[in-house]
Amino acid sequence: MVTPKALVLTGYGINCDEETKFAFELAGGLADIVHVNNLIDIPKKLGDYQILAFPGGFSYGDDTGSGNALANRIRNHLFDEVKEFVEKDTLSIGICNGFQVMVNLGLLPGLNGDYGREVALVHNDSARYVDRWVDLGVDPESIWTKDISILSVPIAHGEGKFFAPDDVLEKLGDKDLVAASYIRGDMCEYLNLPGNPNGSLDDIAGITNESGRLLGMMPHPERALFFTQLPNWPLLKQEYKRRGESLPEHGPGLQVFENAINYFK
Amino acid sequence: MANRIEILSTIPDTRAKVRQEKLRSLGFSGVEDANLVDVYTIDSNIGLSDLERVANMLANPVTQDASVDLPQAPNNFDWAIEIGYQPGVTDNVATTAKESIEDLFGTKLGDDQGVYTSQLTFLTGNNLSREEVQNIAESLANPLIQRISIKDRQEYSTGGGMGVVVPKVRLDTTPSADIVDILRVSDDELVTIGKQGISNEDGSRRGPLALDLTYMKRIQEHFLELGRNPRDVELESIAQTWSEHCKHTIFADSIDDVKGGLFKTYIKRATEEIRAIKGENDFCASVFVDNSGAIIFDDNWLITDKVETHNSPSALDPFGGSITGIVGVNRDTVGFGLGAKPILNRYGFLFADPEDKKPLYKGEGFTQKMLSPRAIMEGVIEGVNEGGNCSGIPTTQGFMRFDERYKGKPLVYVGTVGLIPRVSAGRPSHEKKALPGDYAVMVGGRVGKDGIHGATFSSEAMDSGSPATAVQIGDPITQKKLSDAIVKEARDMGLYTSITDNGAGGISCSVAEMAEESGGCYVKLDDVPTKYPGLEPWEIWISESQERMTLSVPKENWEAFNSLMESRGVEATIIGEFTDSGKCVVEYNDEVVMDLDMDFLHDGLPQRPMKTKSVLRAYEEPKKQDLGNLTSTLHKMLGRPNITSFEFVTQQYDHEVQGGSVLKPLQGRGRVNSETTVVRPVLDSQKGVVVSQGVYPSYSDIDTYHMAAAGIDTAVRNAVAAGASLDRLALLDNFCWCSPEEEERLHQLKRAAEACYDYAVAFGTPFISGKDSMHNDFKGFDENGEPTKISIPPTLLISSIGVIDDFSKSVSLDSKMPGDFVYVLGDTFDEMGGSEYYALIGEEERGKPYIGNKVPKVDAEKNIELYRGLEQAISDELVASAQSVGVGGLGVALAKTAMGGRLGMQVSLAGLGDDLSSDELLFSESQGRVVVTVAEKDARVFEETMGGNPVYMVGRVIEHPLLLIGDSDKNQVVYDNINSFLRTYKERFEHY
Repeated sequence: MVTPKALVLTGYGINCDEETKFAFELAGGLADIVHVNNLIDIPKKLGDYQILAFPGGFSYGDDTGSGNALANRIRNHLFDEVKEFVEKDTLSIGICNGFQVMVNLGLLPGLNGDYGREVALVHNDSARYVDRWVDLGVDPESIWTKDISILSVPIAHGEGKFFAPDDVLEKLGDKDLVAASYIRGDMCEYLNLPGNPNGSLDDIAGITNESGRLLGMMPHPERALFFTQLPNWPLLKQEYKRRGESLPEHGPGLQVFENAINYFK
Repeated sequence: MANRIEILSTIPDTRAKVRQEKLRSLGFSGVEDANLVDVYTIDSNIGLSDLERVANMLANPVTQDASVDLPQAPNNFDWAIEIGYQPGVTDNVATTAKESIEDLFGTKLGDDQGVYTSQLTFLTGNNLSREEVQNIAESLANPLIQRISIKDRQEYSTGGGMGVVVPKVRLDTTPSADIVDILRVSDDELVTIGKQGISNEDGSRRGPLALDLTYMKRIQEHFLELGRNPRDVELESIAQTWSEHCKHTIFADSIDDVKGGLFKTYIKRATEEIRAIKGENDFCASVFVDNSGAIIFDDNWLITDKVETHNSPSALDPFGGSITGIVGVNRDTVGFGLGAKPILNRYGFLFADPEDKKPLYKGEGFTQKMLSPRAIMEGVIEGVNEGGNCSGIPTTQGFMRFDERYKGKPLVYVGTVGLIPRVSAGRPSHEKKALPGDYAVMVGGRVGKDGIHGATFSSEAMDSGSPATAVQIGDPITQKKLSDAIVKEARDMGLYTSITDNGAGGISCSVAEMAEESGGCYVKLDDVPTKYPGLEPWEIWISESQERMTLSVPKENWEAFNSLMESRGVEATIIGEFTDSGKCVVEYNDEVVMDLDMDFLHDGLPQRPMKTKSVLRAYEEPKKQDLGNLTSTLHKMLGRPNITSFEFVTQQYDHEVQGGSVLKPLQGRGRVNSETTVVRPVLDSQKGVVVSQGVYPSYSDIDTYHMAAAGIDTAVRNAVAAGASLDRLALLDNFCWCSPEEEERLHQLKRAAEACYDYAVAFGTPFISGKDSMHNDFKGFDENGEPTKISIPPTLLISSIGVIDDFSKSVSLDSKMPGDFVYVLGDTFDEMGGSEYYALIGEEERGKPYIGNKVPKVDAEKNIELYRGLEQAISDELVASAQSVGVGGLGVALAKTAMGGRLGMQVSLAGLGDDLSSDELLFSESQGRVVVTVAEKDARVFEETMGGNPVYMVGRVIEHPLLLIGDSDKNQVVYDNINSFLRTYKERFEHY
């Protein structure tokens, strides 16, 4: 089997491209960071890849609404190619700012099939940027979150409150498109913090489209690749050590990227 | 024509809710409701139907309603406030909107067209008076950079909304380079030119050159030799290059019998001697010669570090000042060698108490009111938030301190650590050299009036003449595009030969600095891209407009370089050429406007020898008293601004981007602010980078020598306690001083510099980079309109950076398991001078801090032995937690350990010092101490490893969440629940 290749987008203030590339590689795939303008110059390049990643960051500084300006640029120059790509048997992921881009492009949740905007990520209830860890209840049957039930990873955003009109929320529930929900699990317990960090409606942290091949989420699995990224690793280390066990190397986020690579196996 | 697109949220807008809460917390209780409308004013020839497309593109239909030329307002409101920018102020959102509009239509807007943003705040409140609304507006806006317009409901309705304002820059003058007569004027006039600037035709002055008579006379002499008067461009250029800000003359010139100056004698010499002693174990790669210092990370990589201050601008525009500071120091990373990638930001904020509401004025008669300490604090915090977060650089390391003497000028320290491959495109990456014939290329943003006289301005005390044009707002995205294009692409393609930051002095400094590498330069100012027409040539030359760097690009690489920049959305322009003429030649409008010898420009400034005077001061000591139970004292200590949690800052700074987080700024179950953080900068390496700092401004009142020593000891100890090794630990020095014209202040400076030499050499920790800011004084008027001068306490920030082999051995501060032993390492003495405890009891007893006299002193030789032992114990993984003892002493360190773990702790002070009282044992700030916890089974080996060092087993971690501290007579001196301590530790800034 050919090793799956991920195209990791960069440019205009995207800033999680390097660790996202690293995550796909650590998971056994290949990955290239491609500037959005290079893709605009040669759109057919997209055909060389099985996975498209919209990484986190501050594209255009979140000006005119987070993810909006980059979504506009993609819509103006690349939208046919991106639509063609996501309609094939490929995978796409948008993390944080990438999720905001996907939502503004109408790639997610894609209920109406017309790539209109249906949901939004708005200012956190605190109206302030927040970096902390969260626990996510995820669907262990879904492509990207296969074999995971609770995923503890960090968030870091100012505009991450999930909003959708009631009818859209209802459809998301009915069609099982809520891919990740904030819950108060072990990490929140450890940190003594509430489960929902930003006031997201229905505690929604991430959604998929109906195929399950497109995932968008505010939390950052690529920042939880290693054991030593966990906030409580120094405590866990003592526990492992005193039980005479060796330390794990990897963190919970890696599985998300492994699922993507394994999808093509 | 200009059209307004107004956007109103159709769902509850959390920004509006938070704004309403903030206004209420500021005392505007009449505000019953607040709503926001975002406005884009588009000055163009775009037709109405196309503007509708633009409106739909800028707004989100799921949550917003947008309109063109149709005012949007909530159903209910009594007042409308519009806040927009003044002409020429950086408006980042407008820049993006303009780019999106151009992308949508596939054409560029013309130079005479523009996009501007503003925001409407609609207020509901029956009883709000116009005066109150004016006050509200002033609390939301900064008049230096923003414009305010207010309408009541009636005015709003009859006027059809707020009306259209286009804040376009209009400059009516015809730019030219003027000749300035300095050859035939009196010394008084020379002094005036130096102090207030070159005279305009109308008699007004252009702003400070910060050149004193000695310098002006030297310049006069030089031009007499040349037989001509200087042009304004030349005089401004010399002022920039010779400024205290750029040349650091106070550290360079002779002082008393220290003929070589403080920098060479104490700082640089320390590093040279340490490197010589280390021999083949020397890990320094580049010190004091570049925009950052660099140490070796491994065979393939170097780590760079640089810390800057941005105090004066932050006093005037806190947000703009601090964001410009952080993105500016990022450029010191990108401008290191051939370009390092920023991997970590540091910050350190020193403010007056944000609850201090007494106003200060720059001008007489209650004019030119300064921003409140709270507004300064909030703006500064937000600026680093936006600068760091938008740039994708983790801001892991920081601290806050408070003292009323930071009210006139806050101190805003910002630093950046970088990563650079040791070899790039076959060249050693830490070396650079512009060659004759290379193009001088400016990349990034454009030049405007913002940032004129920044360098000379900060070389003066702040008074009513401080110019507003010195204020700028950073644009992190323009810089991010530039930074990525340089350090991720152009560098390793070998497209340029040298690079430096355009910071203080703008291109006048950057080009002239690089010209030292080649031997000269030629610049054509007409080719420098400007934000708007009409700038004077001297303004183009010295403007500090942000997000720009200067590179030397060999002619044969220009095409490749330019097309790469273009495809990354970065503007690059050839503005001249590097030469070997020995001269700096500048042309404007086909006329030579500057022609100076490089030697004179860089080395022509005369020495100004300084004398110092030692003044011994004795302070009142508080009376000893038996306080008995110290539980409530410990609570008060934990709630003091200098000790309390600043989690609200930590959490709003992204400290995990780039995926290398190891020891975070909040640690343990209790989320306690740590003094030290650790990252892994190279994701497939087990090596880590440890960063920390030490700062003790309160000790300066007693003796700056010991202030500096404590700063160094703490910066070293914090790092070692987290797992760093003394073998690979480097320091940075940042002096922020006051009143350098006073001999006593200079003496304090000399004392501090002496300590830097003594302790850096003793610890074997070289300085790799440093900076100073000498004029942190405020001269103005107090709340009664009386003249006042506020000088900061002399403040030396010592930052530490170390490389460790295995970050998984690093140690966090929180206690881990019940039953673990608690140890105090190091000895405690009666050293309460300058302590936080003395400040507390002074404030309680007499309304102002006690200072005392017994300042903590550092015994380096003894501490090195202890730190070596701890280093070994951590390396052998014997230590479960470690908390360095700093401000607040042992009591605070024990509480932090326990709060971090949210586990109880039972300890006894017996044996720590029988001649000391309990408050001395708990709150003395003796240096060289660490609180550690160790598993019982490791205790014996731990004690053996620590050898003959002072190691005191004081108690155990317990399951039950109580902090129990007993004295030598077995009396409980502290007894309370951990959660109760956590509450006091966190409540002070809970609503910030």
